[in-house]
Amino acid sequence: MSAPLLPPIGMLAELTHRCPLQCPYCSNPLELLKANHELDTQTWLDLFSQAADLGVLQVHLSGGEPTLRRDLEQLIAGLSARGVYTNLITAGIGIAEGRIEAFAEAGLDHLQLSFQGARPATTDRIGNHRGSHEKKLETARRARAAGLPLTINAPVHRHNIEEVPEFIDLALSLDAERLEIANVQYAGWALANRDRLMPDLAAVNRQADIVAAARERLAGIMNIDFVTPDYFAVYPKPCMGGWARDAFMVAPDGTVLPCHAAQTIPSLRFERFGDRRLAEIWADSPAFSAFRGTDWMQEPCRSCERREVDWGGCRCQAMAIAGDAAATDPACIKSPIHKRMAMLTDAAQAAPGGNESFIFRRIGATTPRDARTDHGPR
Amino acid sequence: MTALRDRAIVSLQSAPSLPRHVRIQYDPMRQAFALLSPEKVFWPNEISLDILRRCDGRSTVERIIADLAADYDTDPQEVAADVIAFLQEWSDKLLVKL
Repeated sequence: MSAPLLPPIGMLAELTHRCPLQCPYCSNPLELLKANHELDTQTWLDLFSQAADLGVLQVHLSGGEPTLRRDLEQLIAGLSARGVYTNLITAGIGIAEGRIEAFAEAGLDHLQLSFQGARPATTDRIGNHRGSHEKKLETARRARAAGLPLTINAPVHRHNIEEVPEFIDLALSLDAERLEIANVQYAGWALANRDRLMPDLAAVNRQADIVAAARERLAGIMNIDFVTPDYFAVYPKPCMGGWARDAFMVAPDGTVLPCHAAQTIPSLRFERFGDRRLAEIWADSPAFSAFRGTDWMQEPCRSCERREVDWGGCRCQAMAIAGDAAATDPACIKSPIHKRMAMLTDAAQAAPGGNESFIFRRIGATTPRDARTDHGPR
Repeated sequence: MTALRDRAIVSLQSAPSLPRHVRIQYDPMRQAFALLSPEKVFWPNEISLDILRRCDGRSTVERIIADLAADYDTDPQEVAADVIAFLQEWSDKLLVKL
């Protein structure tokens, strides 16, 4: 029996891969697209209009750094005119005077601002951009002054996991409604930098306790979303809420993808907006059909009572670690290679020189060895 | 700890509203009212919608309870506890402003 096709609710639009920061865990693919591959304004507006027709209620405007698109105000206005909820995901650096106000005026509903650290030195080091912390603080103040609701996003890894209490204070001091403590997901650049980023179990446990206590203490004051670390998990996350189930993303060149890292699955073929209409791509693009629903599942997923809870977990993690995109996500305790997750976290702690040698996100920064997968003999 | 606000507690004199980051709108495709918030979309049931739509920043909780009781043709005392509990829960999730 094939799964019923539901209309998508959410869309992540990666407007550009350009970015002033070089975070070593960026979820963009290792092969970054240059500006001349980006869709033009009218094509994005057409795409957004088709997305609204298709049932999309929320669009997350991301990148790279989306504010580098000079037409961002126009894109927000286009979405707003269709009643779509807009969320701007920004690093908050180099946003020209008056633009945040212009985003708000164009109808922006919400702004999400990343902090690489709670301390200026950490932020500047992880993003490889001196002075970035101060600029982010300023962006947060400007966003609040423009009346925009604010989420602080804190991607967490070995080098800032002890700053979690400070992240909570920072978000409160900036009058954020929401804080995302997001343990780094090891795909894209984070996979290439895994040995340099992976925290240890003791730090992960301390963090979980701190977040749980803060959530209780801050009920009604600030929401804390906690993206738990896969490598220490018992069950996998329902990645994207299930493959091609209610969300999708679009790369800067219009390639329509089921998730950030889908292009790491070599068997999949992707389609670009413009070659086909969005509704057709959503309905029957081979990459979307490949893992939609539960028919594609193997054991232990196929007969698992959680198969429609976590939808098999992350296909890209299965690809990266099990070497089979249709395998159970190794984050799941029922995966036959679940133990490999703990081995990989141990190996990361033992890896030499892990603290000083990030592969920073920039064009041409990776070598084939760094972009490895883990399904070789061990 | 630097909190710029405190947890709000519902009283009969509160005049609840929807915060700036929350919006309710009808979705013609799914033929239902959606509540849109930064990362989540909620599909409130009919009773929840009846409460949320009265959160206009002017009507007090007392008034909302009286209106609902009239609409449902019941005693205000019957609905008061449920309405207050609902608003407190939604306020704690920052989906309603008191």
